This record gives sequence, structure tokens and C-alpha cells, in this order.
Amino acid sequence: MPDLLLELFSEEIPARMQARAADDLKRLATDALVEAGLTYASAGAFSTPRRLVLTVEGLTEASPTLREERRGPRDDAPEKALEGFLRATGTTRDALELREEKKGRFYVAQVVTEGRPAATIIAEAIPQVIRNFPWPKSMRWGAGALRWVRPLHQIVCVLSAEDGAEIVPFEVDGIVAGNRTEGHRFMAPEPFSVSSFADYETKLKRAFVVLSAEERAAHIWEDAGNLAFAAGLEPVEDKGLLTEVSGLVEWPVVLMGRIGTAFLDLPPEVLQTSMREHQKFFSVRNPKTGRIERFITVANRETADHGATILAGNEKVLSARLSDARFFWENDLRIARDGMGPWADQLSNVTFHARLGTQAERIDRIARLAREIAPVLGAKPDDADRAARIAKLDLSSEMVFEFPELQGLMGRYYAEAAGLPAEIAAVAQDHYAPLGPSDAVPDAPLSVTVALADKIDTLTGFWAIDEKPTGSKDPYALRRAALGVIRILLSNGLRVNLDRFIDSQLVKHKIALNRAEAKEGEIAALEDVLEEIADHGVFGAAFETVMEAIRKNGKDQPQTGEGSLLRSVGDLVPDLSTDLLAFFHDRLKVYLKGEGLRHDVIDACLAMPGHDDLSLIVMRARALGGFLGTEDGENLLQGYKRAANILAQAEAADGVEYRYGADVKFTETDEERALFAALERAEGAIGPALEAEDFAAAMTEMAHLRGPIDAFFEAVKVNADSQIVRRNRLNLLHRIVETCTQIADLGRIEG
Amino acid sequence: MSEPVRPKSFQEIILRLQTYWAARGCAILQPYDMEVGAGTFHPATTLRSLGTRPWTAAYVQPSRRPTDGRYGENPNRLQHYYQYQVLIKPSPPDLQALYLGSLEAIGIEMDLHDIRFVEDDWESPTLGAWGLGWEVWCDGMEVSQFTYFQQVGGHDCHPVSGELTYGLERLAMYVLGVDHVMDMPFNDPQSAIALSYGDVFRQTEAEYSRWNFDLADTEKLLGDFERAEIECARILDAPEVDPKTGRRIVMAHPAYDQCIKASHIFNLLDARGVISVTERQAYIGRVRALSKRCADAFVTTAAGGWTPETGAER
Repeated sequence: MPDLLLELFSEEIPARMQARAADDLKRLATDALVEAGLTYASAGAFSTPRRLVLTVEGLTEASPTLREERRGPRDDAPEKALEGFLRATGTTRDALELREEKKGRFYVAQVVTEGRPAATIIAEAIPQVIRNFPWPKSMRWGAGALRWVRPLHQIVCVLSAEDGAEIVPFEVDGIVAGNRTEGHRFMAPEPFSVSSFADYETKLKRAFVVLSAEERAAHIWEDAGNLAFAAGLEPVEDKGLLTEVSGLVEWPVVLMGRIGTAFLDLPPEVLQTSMREHQKFFSVRNPKTGRIERFITVANRETADHGATILAGNEKVLSARLSDARFFWENDLRIARDGMGPWADQLSNVTFHARLGTQAERIDRIARLAREIAPVLGAKPDDADRAARIAKLDLSSEMVFEFPELQGLMGRYYAEAAGLPAEIAAVAQDHYAPLGPSDAVPDAPLSVTVALADKIDTLTGFWAIDEKPTGSKDPYALRRAALGVIRILLSNGLRVNLDRFIDSQLVKHKIALNRAEAKEGEIAALEDVLEEIADHGVFGAAFETVMEAIRKNGKDQPQTGEGSLLRSVGDLVPDLSTDLLAFFHDRLKVYLKGEGLRHDVIDACLAMPGHDDLSLIVMRARALGGFLGTEDGENLLQGYKRAANILAQAEAADGVEYRYGADVKFTETDEERALFAALERAEGAIGPALEAEDFAAAMTEMAHLRGPIDAFFEAVKVNADSQIVRRNRLNLLHRIVETCTQIADLGRIEG
Repeated sequence: MSEPVRPKSFQEIILRLQTYWAARGCAILQPYDMEVGAGTFHPATTLRSLGTRPWTAAYVQPSRRPTDGRYGENPNRLQHYYQYQVLIKPSPPDLQALYLGSLEAIGIEMDLHDIRFVEDDWESPTLGAWGLGWEVWCDGMEVSQFTYFQQVGGHDCHPVSGELTYGLERLAMYVLGVDHVMDMPFNDPQSAIALSYGDVFRQTEAEYSRWNFDLADTEKLLGDFERAEIECARILDAPEVDPKTGRRIVMAHPAYDQCIKASHIFNLLDARGVISVTERQAYIGRVRALSKRCADAFVTTAAGGWTPETGAER
């Protein structure tokens, strides 16, 4: 059983691409070998800055010989058909046999595909893998046509077995596969030859190359911990950085250096970000004070002076970097302490989006919405307005210009420096949250208010200009914004009817989009609509009220007819609003799926009125989801379905809807009367339970109807001869359906 | 290898690079006589990286970045500085080794330092150009850009050029162990008249910073930009055959001069703070349109690989 060793030796591969490339190499190469008929026992792939390596162990020596019988044309088929068959099967006429079948005599060929040695298969498969390698970005070099992530220099391809090793001969764009490689670029550049994976790995280590990225990472982290510990400190964990740094070195040498005392007063996040982003340093913290006091850098070599020159150089570069950071911090603090006025002015010159205006205009819209949302969440509207107006000022600061990832956090520092109350300053940091699906969600009422206003403004804005996410394209992270709204509402258990805020913000966007072109009075009328929404909460009614007033006033009023701005806003806003709410519902479904809630359960709850209150939907869905698994749940569903099916059949046959109240005076049997009584009792109990939002209790009451319903169907023929009796019974069924669908549209439940 | 002798001055580092690359066969060119933002703008790089004809050149290019002006006060930032540029087409297989040799030549002891190639893809939106490569780190400091050109002026590069760009002041400060650029010896500090970088440039940095930020006439500059754009188009619109000599003369270089001019004027306007974010993109697009047209024209010249028999290669 031979083993395969493949090394693709190139100029430095970007760290972020290495792990994925190793996986791809393993998958593509083994797939190709298996496809060609080989099998293997195990495979592994490795990466360093300069090499991608594959080892495949226990390969079969050759692919199996395949025998296959193929039926050709009938013996009376034209000569041409037979010739074609001979060509296709690579046989000659005398090797064919004729076989009698139902439909005549057919030529049959025995096609033998000879097995091929592993080396031949490898020599064919690997060049294909190299040529079609899925690098995220690849390039050409010199005068060649081959694409690789950076120039590819050497290929080792060795097939080893107990009786020795052989080079698998192939060539890709002039690079001939061999058995020679080299070690560390500086510490052991002399080439050497290898005979197997074990031999390769050992020789590499002797040549100052640690092949495994995990081993390099573990080594770095261990040494970092030891160095820091010896100084009474600890390294700040950063998995992403560790992976990256492991991809920048073949022979990691961990060094700990000092941060100039002049920089130790910078906010720890600034130190950490500057060191990580610019220098790829780990931060080293004093566990007692939480202060960052040292750094750890990882060099790619040992030196005679034990890294002294390297460390001195790194310390010097860091000082220059941190001088910049301190310069930004001090300049920013000066402006912050003066009240941040210039930053607000600057945001009037910064475009948020070509059609959605400047950052200043955006902030103004968010502040207005925050003011509307505040009372619902128990925040003071004035505070919400103020917080929204300072929350993004740090976008003008020098620090955030340099380190965009510090936005929000710097805002909080600067707002505090400006003397703002802590809960307002916190909004600057909190209102961006949650950023990822597992990111913490704000819970302070002010922060929640502005966080919702910010996200709803973004969503309605892009809906208003028809830039919705499509497929995998979501350049403005609108899915993330919608999920943010969902998570904020649910994890705080907030009851918010989104419709009203969506409508209000859509109207604000329409005002902004049309301000320049609008005719006299139109903008004022739309502002009136906003006020009406604030008072009454519904766009349709608010809009009609304003239109009515315009019509009454008659002369000198803006146009309201077809083609007018007001009419188009009146037509468009409800559509956009419905569409955006549906987008929220889609995101909600994705979110709840993670919780294990069934799709049909969520759909059943989404079909109910009040579906712009996402917390309500989820309460219903969780109650229903839990309930359906119980015996009562089954009772509820079956009772409902029986009534609903017969009602639906009758309605379809008669072409009418049975929606009138059933009357007990037209009943004929005890079972009928018992059902009336049961409904009466159930409704009496369901009402208060719904009022209290005790959905489980309400559903239990509904489930109790199963007995009377079953008894009714046993005893009573719905299609009575008397039309009056029949109609009354169908109306009774409707009453059952109505009673049972007060929490969810059970008709959407599968099964 | 013999112990490299440490250079004593800024100019010695430049001279050693010149000698090193000359010995490796590069044509040592002189700086382009126009204001540019980086050595890449020199036609010896932008235009010569196009087409199939081999090329090898190295040169110092004074570069201007008006927004980086700090009145000569900042230890690392200058609005006028020098880049050392090497361009070899096709990129030789040992370009990394050649580059490392150049570091050794300027006195970096390879046994003591940590040299790393860290991913850094290069893109110039104004030149319609991009490439893949690295920034080269020496003990955590970026000392050079190393790029394999993939596209220039919207044209795929066949063959590919390898480009090396050294930020000379920063590199020299590191090699010479100087903390403030103005303190760096420009000539040999043992000379009868020893000059520091500050003696040469401190005053001009202040002068240009003031002019760049506060005095440059933006109305005039806006007009100059328009005129450069118009002139570039006019040059390229001219018929290929010169009526006076009867020869085919495509004026790619004069047109490209106008493109360089427009690009620098844009940088000045940017420093004056009169270009808004949205306008910025539009201006960059206009410069790119010029560089693309110049690239299109260059590949129809002999230097760009055009022959009367085959025409342009693509």
C-alpha cells in the first residue's frame, strides 16, 4: 500500500487563505484519486506560509480492471451504426458477439477497462487540481499562464512504499515534480530530498519548519503564556490573531516587548486595536489592574542575539504607531470636551448613501424616530433625541477614521469626556448592537430605543429607494439589521407594534427623497401625515385624514389626484411597509428555526392580526409549538380540522360563506345542544385567557371541545334535509373554527 | 557573505540601491519630470508594464502627497518624499531573492532581522490597476511594497511585471537608526559641510504644507483639471498618421502627461478639502478614464508591442 506525499512550494501564501487551501487540497486531490478508481486509508493536509502539503496513506497500487458488457446496434442496423459502436467501444468486429433478444439479434461487446497504476493516475489528477485550484484570488507571474495564489516554484510528489520511493512524474507549466524541497527561508535554505511523509516532516523540523499550523499556534500560545506569566502578566486571548500569526511564520519565536510609558494611559481598546491591526501583536495585560502593559510579537526565526535586534525594532515601530494613536486621542478629547460641535458639522458633509443623504440627515431622522419610540419603551423622548444625536458623532473623530472598528466605543469615551450622563454616553456604543448573531443585545431603555430607531431607519431607507437584499447580495447588511431588531425585541420581551414606526419612517424617507422636487404644500402635507401617525398610529387613516382636510380647504392646496406626489406616497407606503414586515417575518422564521420551532407553526401565527408585534408572534408560536406535542394539542387540531374540512367543502359546493351566528333554537339533537353549551363555556374561558395572554390555557379550553365535536359528528348529519337546519349546523361549524383560530390559523398546520 | 558595512547617510542608501540594481541589469532611469503621487506613475512603470516587450528599470521618484504635509514637524510624515522603484517584466523567478539581496546591500544584516512577506494587495483606482503581493516587514516595520501587476489601465498584464517600491525615508531612518526624519544625515556626516534631511527639506515642507492646505487656488486648480482632461482627449483623438512627417505617431506619452497632471491636481484639491465624498469618486473615475485611454493608446505603439504586421497585441 503506497503513500503519497505532495508539497506545493510557493512564495508567501496570505495567512487568511492557508487553512482553507489545505482543506481544499485534501478534498480535491482525494476526490480526484477516488474518481479515478483508487482508494486510500487516510489523508491529511498542512499549510505553512510557503507550502501546501498533502499526505495520502494506504493508497491502492492500481485502479481495478473493469469489465463491462455493452449492447450495440441490431444486426440489421446500417453499417454506419455498427462502425460508430466499434469506435465508441474500441473493439473490432470479430470480437463482437451476437445475442438473441426479444426485439431481434444485437451485437454485444465486452469492454475491458484496464486498471492503471496509482502513479499514472496521480500524475494525471494532481496537475488538474493545481490548475483549477479554488483560491479566493489568484495571479499569474512572469510570462507563464498558470494561476496560483503567488508564484509557485517547486512541486514534490513522491509515492513511497516499503520497497522504496519513486517520484511521480508530471509537469505543470514547466514546473517538474521531484523529491527536493528546502527548509526555512533564512535559517536553512539548502535544498534536500525526501522519500516519504515521515521523512519529510522530520527533515523539515530539522530545517526549522513546523509543518502543522495547529502545532505552531499551540507553541506560540504556550510560550506567550510562559513569558507573560514570568512577568506576573497574562496575554489577552485573540483566536483570530493567533491563527493569522501562525500563518505568517514557519519557525515561531515568541518575544515579549515593552510599551512606552507615555502610551499606557490610552484606552486599552485603542492599544489593543492599534497593536493588533498594525503590528499583529498580542496584548499583555496586568491581571490585577486590567491594564495593558506589554506586547507579544512572533518572529519567524532565531538569531544570535536572541531576538534583541528584532524586539528593539518592533518596539520602535510600535512607538511610532502609538504616537499616532495618542495624537488622535488627544486631538479628539479636545474636541469632545468642547462639546463635539465640529464633529456634528462635519457629518453634514459626509454622504451616508447617494440617495439617502448625508450622515447628518440620517442622524436627524433617527433622532425623530427615537423620540417616537421612546414612550413605548419607557425612555424619555428628550433623552432619546439627545442620545441619538450624539451616538454617531465619533464617526468624525480621528481615532475612528484610523480604526473604524472602534466606532461606538470611542463615541462613548468622547461623550463621557463631553460630560454627558453615563446612560446617554452608553448609547453611542450600544446602539450598533447586536452586530453578530451571538453578540450581546442592549437592554437599557435608551440604548434599545436608539438601536431600534437606527436599524429601522436603515431598513426603511433602503426599502424606500428599492435597494433590498437579493440572493447572496446584501451590501448594506439589511438582514443583519432586521435580525438585530428581532433579537432586541425578543430578548427584552418588548411589545412593540412595528407597523407604525415603519410607516412613519418610510414617510420621512419619502419627504427627504422628494424635498427638492416637491411643489408647494406637498411636504407640509406629508409632515401633517407624520403628526397624524404619531397621534393615531395608522398610516392609512392618518393619510386619509390629511387628504380629506386638503380637499375641504379647496383652493391653493397641493394636488391629490393620480400622478401627484401625495397620491404616490399614499399608494406606495402601505406596499413598502407590508413588504418590509414580510422581510422581518422571513428573518424571524430563520431565527426561530434555530430554536427548533416548526415552519408551519410560525406561519400559522404569522397569519394572525397583530403580526407586527414580533414578541406576540413568538409567544404564540412557542405556546402552539409546545401544545401541539401534547394530547390536548392533538385534540385541538383534530377537532378543528374536522369542523373546518366539512365547512370548507360545503362552502365550496354552495358558493357561499357560512358566517352567521348559529342559533340554538334550530337544534334537533342533544349532541348539537351539548356542542352549543361547550362552545358557550369555552368562549367564556378563552376570552379572559387571551386577555391575559395565557395562550396555553386558552388552547386547553379549545382542546376540550374535541369531545363534543366528535359526539356531534357521530350523531348528527350536517347535511340535513331542512335547509334551515343545515345552514344552522354549518354556521355552528364556523363558530368552532372561529373559536379555535384565535391564537393561530390552525389551517396552516401540517399533519 | 561578507559583513555589510553600514551606510552613513540617506544618499548612500540611494547610491547603494542604484549600484545594486544596475549590477542586476536594470536600466537606471532618472525621476520623471512631473509631479506624481508615487513612483508607479512614472511612465517607465505604468506604460512599460503594458504590452509584451521585456523591460527592466530602476529609479528614484520624488513623490508628492499634499494631504500628508505636517509642516516638517512630524517625525515620519512628509508631503514630498522619495520612492525607489524597480520594475522588471517579465517578473524573474528569483525576484524575492533579488529583493532580499538589495536589503543586504543597504546594510540590513539578514542574520539579525526578521523579514516577512505579509499579504497586501495593491490597487490604484486612478490607474485602473491592481496586483497581488505583499508589504515586506523588517522587524514589524513595512519597508517595501512587492507587487505582481495583474492589470494596468484596464489591460491584463501579459507578461506580468514585478514591481518593488521602497519608501526611502522610512527605510533609511530604520537602517541609520534615526527617530526623526529631519535629523537624518543627507550626505556623509563627516563631510566638510554635513547636511541633514532637515537642512534640505524642513523649510520646503513648511512652505508646501501652507500652500497645499490653505493657499492653493482651488478655482485655478479646478480649471487646470478640466484643461488637462480636455488636452488628454484631444491628443488621443488626433489621427495616428502625422500629416507633417507622414509617419504613424500615436502620442501616448504626451497624453499620459496630462493624465499625471490631472491626478496630481486632484490630490491638491483633496488636500484643500474642496472635494466631497461623492465628488471624490467621480474625480477618481475621471482620472481612471484618462489612464485607460492612455493605456489603450500605448499598446498601439511600438514600445507597447505594436508592429505594422500584427497590429496591437490584443
